[in-house]
Amino acid sequence: MSDAIKAATLEYATRLGDDALVLGHRISEWVSYGPFLEEDIAYANVSLDYVGRARMFYTYAAELAADGRTEDDFAYMRSDRDYHNLLLLEMPRGDFAYSQVRQLFADVYYSLVLPELVKSKDERLAAVAAKAIKETKYHVRRSRDWVHRLGEGTEESHKRTQKAVDQLWGYTHEMFDMDDTEQLLADNGIGVDVSKLRDQWHKDVSAILTEATITVPEDSWAVRGGRTGYHTENLGHMLTELQIVHRSHPGCQW
Amino acid sequence: MTTEKLELFEVFIRSKRGLDHKHVGSLHAEDHAQALEYARDCYTRRSEGVSIWVMKSNDICASQEDDAESFYDPSDDKPYRHATYYVLPDPVNNM
Repeated sequence: MSDAIKAATLEYATRLGDDALVLGHRISEWVSYGPFLEEDIAYANVSLDYVGRARMFYTYAAELAADGRTEDDFAYMRSDRDYHNLLLLEMPRGDFAYSQVRQLFADVYYSLVLPELVKSKDERLAAVAAKAIKETKYHVRRSRDWVHRLGEGTEESHKRTQKAVDQLWGYTHEMFDMDDTEQLLADNGIGVDVSKLRDQWHKDVSAILTEATITVPEDSWAVRGGRTGYHTENLGHMLTELQIVHRSHPGCQW
Repeated sequence: MTTEKLELFEVFIRSKRGLDHKHVGSLHAEDHAQALEYARDCYTRRSEGVSIWVMKSNDICASQEDDAESFYDPSDDKPYRHATYYVLPDPVNNM
């Protein structure tokens, strides 16, 4: 592996880990606040899937870095500017409709990204993707069902779902941006060219929203910056909570 | 949201191929499809099963405690319903 490719792969694995950890943590904020017990347990399972995915990406990133850092250092010892996750995933959990709409956008995205990543020439990335594909199949079914139920439920649930779609739509464009790092990896058969997935994502999400009687928004505004460390104010607050124990008691084991 | 508007479902899991589905518990859900997903999340987290059945608890017609006497007692004085009641002739060794 050339130095350039290695550095890019390290950044890429970290990004994917950041995406998974940030979303996994956001979902975990529903634990004990779910609308009812069964959903509480089910959504916590999804959270665990994402946190598990983060661990696999960070473990690989730590191996590539080979500077003595571990997966924990990646998760707990980096500040918000070092996190390169997508902005969509760091938005606060909001109400239940908001969380499920964000979940749908993310799950459909991964249902397209992972089948590409599984073909990666990098065996480690391909192995993580192979495991995650099965989880994502289930996640999409869940978030699609919830958007249906909420969209076609009561007047109130429909209103909240539409509002969430309108509020989050501008954060979805960033998911399909490519930069030099990702382009280098895509050209070398290691990373996924996400810019090619945009049309299919739009088609899949539009079909689900339309069936749920939700209006698909026009593309108007777009927010970007997550991949370069420019975040919304929400990530810093989230990280303080996520990292406080580890940073307060360095090296603590129990 | 409360569980008042949800229905109660009974969950049956088959742990291995060839074995029976066994009743493992119940849960609340809006319909069969959702019940099946929650059954997966609530009852198969530790690889307990290869197949799940769910059914509405309301669809079960159950015997009542009060009926126990009329249901079960009459068979107490009918020992001839058990194979052990019969004395087998010697030539029949293996029954």
